[in-house]
Amino acid sequence: MLGFGLFLRRLFRRRIVLIGALILLVLIVVALAAPWISPFDPNAVRVARRLRPPSAVNWFGTDEYGRDVLSRIIYGSRASLGIGASVVMMSVACGTLLGILAGYFRRLDGPIMRVIDAFMALPDILLAIFLVAVLGASATNVVLALAIVYTPRVARVVRASTLVVRELPFVEAARALGVSTWRIMSVHVLLNVTSPVLVQATFIFAYAVLAEAGLSFLGAGVPQEVPTWGTMIAASQSFSDQAIWLVVFPGLAIVLAALSLQLVGDGLRDMLDPKLRKSL
Amino acid sequence: MTDTSPLLDIADLKVAFDTETGTVTPILGVNLKVHAGETVALVGESGSGKSVTSLAVMGLLPRPAGRVAEGRILFRRRSGDSVDLATLPREAMQQLRGGEIAMIFQEPMTSLNPVLSVGEQIAEAVRQHMKLDRRAAQKRAIEMLELVEIPAAASRALEYPHEMSGGMRQRVMIALAMSCNPSLLIADEPTTALDVTVQAQILALIDRLRHDTGMGVLFITHNLGVVAEVADRVTVMYAGQVVEAGPVRALFRGARHPYTRGLMDCLPARAHRGADGRRVVKAIPGTVASALAIHDGCRFGPRCEHAADACRAAPPGLEFAEPEHLTRCIRWRSL
Amino acid sequence: MASRLAKRLGGLVIVMFIVAAIVFFLTRLAPGDPAALMLGDQATADDIARLRTTYGLDRPLFIQFGLWLAEVVKGNLGHSIFLQRPVTQALLERAEPTFFLALFALAFATLIGIPCGIASAVWRGRLVDQILSAIAMLSASIPSFWLGLLFIQFFAVRLGWLPVAGYGDPGAPLAERLAHLILPATVLGIVNSALIVRFTRASMLDVLGEDFIRTARAKGISERRVVLRHAFGNALVPIVTVVGLTGALLIGGAIVTETVFGLPGIGNLIVSSVLRRDYPVIQGALIVVAGIYVIINIAVDLIYALVDPRVRT
Repeated sequence: MLGFGLFLRRLFRRRIVLIGALILLVLIVVALAAPWISPFDPNAVRVARRLRPPSAVNWFGTDEYGRDVLSRIIYGSRASLGIGASVVMMSVACGTLLGILAGYFRRLDGPIMRVIDAFMALPDILLAIFLVAVLGASATNVVLALAIVYTPRVARVVRASTLVVRELPFVEAARALGVSTWRIMSVHVLLNVTSPVLVQATFIFAYAVLAEAGLSFLGAGVPQEVPTWGTMIAASQSFSDQAIWLVVFPGLAIVLAALSLQLVGDGLRDMLDPKLRKSL
Repeated sequence: MTDTSPLLDIADLKVAFDTETGTVTPILGVNLKVHAGETVALVGESGSGKSVTSLAVMGLLPRPAGRVAEGRILFRRRSGDSVDLATLPREAMQQLRGGEIAMIFQEPMTSLNPVLSVGEQIAEAVRQHMKLDRRAAQKRAIEMLELVEIPAAASRALEYPHEMSGGMRQRVMIALAMSCNPSLLIADEPTTALDVTVQAQILALIDRLRHDTGMGVLFITHNLGVVAEVADRVTVMYAGQVVEAGPVRALFRGARHPYTRGLMDCLPARAHRGADGRRVVKAIPGTVASALAIHDGCRFGPRCEHAADACRAAPPGLEFAEPEHLTRCIRWRSL
Repeated sequence: MASRLAKRLGGLVIVMFIVAAIVFFLTRLAPGDPAALMLGDQATADDIARLRTTYGLDRPLFIQFGLWLAEVVKGNLGHSIFLQRPVTQALLERAEPTFFLALFALAFATLIGIPCGIASAVWRGRLVDQILSAIAMLSASIPSFWLGLLFIQFFAVRLGWLPVAGYGDPGAPLAERLAHLILPATVLGIVNSALIVRFTRASMLDVLGEDFIRTARAKGISERRVVLRHAFGNALVPIVTVVGLTGALLIGGAIVTETVFGLPGIGNLIVSSVLRRDYPVIQGALIVVAGIYVIINIAVDLIYALVDPRVRT
């Protein structure tokens, strides 16, 4: 296991990865510290100040109810990133379990993989919108739906790594020594699938942020009363002719979040994938 | 041996690679001549710089990291002019490559393009250098396959590499290399990946083609047994330097460098009987020093059983032990 | 080749069966009685009971699934109460804009993505590569609906170059209808080009490191020919795969894009059907989309054989 300092130095060898990580860090800090850094109450309606363009007072302008857009974006990051993080945790947990089962037990491999193939035959957004339609539109159900959408990705990656790890000499040796199947899986296989899962998790985080925004925009996601970056755009798109800033700034927040996550994911992949590292 | 100027004349070659951790010089002092019609063997362990030397001659050093830092690589063109391959512009180098200088590689299994028929691959070089049209080039390709003794050449020309055996593919590689009548052929370990029986056939084929066409052959190998069979002269490399060079018989009779001696002692045929009567194959202790490790004195010093204080003091130069027999050892007289 | 294809087909039939099962049973998880939903608010309890019998909704779930599946296999995807017509008909009526949108977007993404990916690989690590890779990653981070809204504002509203939204009058000439697709196809193409760029770059890098590339260079042919004929020729199999995959993904992307641009396509129909809980349409659309995905997969397999002689034998 390499030390944390060396890990960071390798990860940030490309400056752009470092930039991505810093943006991500800022976004996370903003989400956590929202009540302290937000200039206004995000829900304070002031009709007298409605649809004001960006100014020294309201940096990102105000919306159709006179609410401060910057404050809403800051609070919106809690919901948007929170949903993304919950999706990642759920899909990583379920996907890892399914992937290890499929990769380690030959008899389960076929059935599990066929079901995963079936889920992957449906485009992300289509499957998500269908699931939300069935489950009902709420933040929890959006998380559930997106977790179902992204679980197959994790499962595939984990299965592939498990197949490789299962044949490695030390796992065979452990089996020959009579170490129990459960122990082999929980220790050896789990340790070895960590890297690819970490990379996948970062990308899924990015996709989940984008997908949540897309679902909310379509009206099949989080209800508009909850400010997420997606619902902010959805709610104000009819004002986009007169107040384009209502669309621009929440969208930029989505782009920044998705981009920084993908940059970090790319950096992790470069660092953790020995095949790629050789070619770089 | 001809008395004209050599076909290939490498002098004081130094090749540098720029890496993340700084510049390394895998080649530092290679001198080598190949005359028309002769086979020169370039011998050394893996990592000694044989292949890098050949890639430098071909102008195929990996770009942009690798470059010729010093020295010259003179090549006598068919027209009679001499050009320095180290400084030749890219387009001019491209014309020579595959035309007047051809190369065959170690791995016949992976050295041919899997999605093109072997005939197409040969015809491509022919069209490039001989300016033939598609049909004439295809005909030439079939002739070349016949030249390298591939039966039913016309139909095999339509086959893809995956339909052929390793020996057959190496014949295709040779046909490809010979297709534009090169005056210099560089063969980089052409038989290492092949079965022993096939090895002998391929060696005989290369030798016959050399004899028939009068081309010069630079034969790169780590196998001294092969050297004895094919070479007129031998150049031995160690850690990026030529350590000994001379006619093959002179070297096998009396090597003037401890490293060459060590290599010869590794030959099973030369194993001597130990005290208990069993045959003992000697090995050279240690491994090739990393090209990154810089130390004064003789590069082979750390592994040499004859090393003295003088060997560690300053890097030895190449000197003549006999006419045409060079060695990079200051103690050659006492060996 | 034939047996390989047969095996693939067998696998894909199983996948389709599972998709059908997922679609059917998940729909039944939805709150509300499907019969009540079909009849709307004014239905009496008697009406509902009669409909339940007619459609077999009172029978066990697995029997219902079997009956439904048998109809699906025959090409009958059910009936939309809201639209008052068969689902297949509703889908077909909306197919044209979606088809052209996906086609143009795929063409855009491929024509941009492959050259960028090749350039990135050839000049690996240089400035070109860094810029192209950064752009690719940025384009994959942009929500398509957001880009669509900005494009509408800029190119249609401010500059007035292109139609704002919709698909023209139903009777309008094809050229006019297609003009409505320029902006949406560009948006969808940009957002989906990143995958193609990344994949092309990676597979070109793999191939450029192969021994036969050195052989090709040793022949003295131009570097351009080495890259385009020898390297690209061998990178085609993964590239064809990713282009096919992108084609399938575009169907998902079209849902959002059609909504932004008000295109009367299948994506738009799906969104409206979700909002009005028109489950037969949603089910039908999911089956059709999965079917298209499967067909693209088979097509990609067939193209492999054209591209790679090792697959042919």
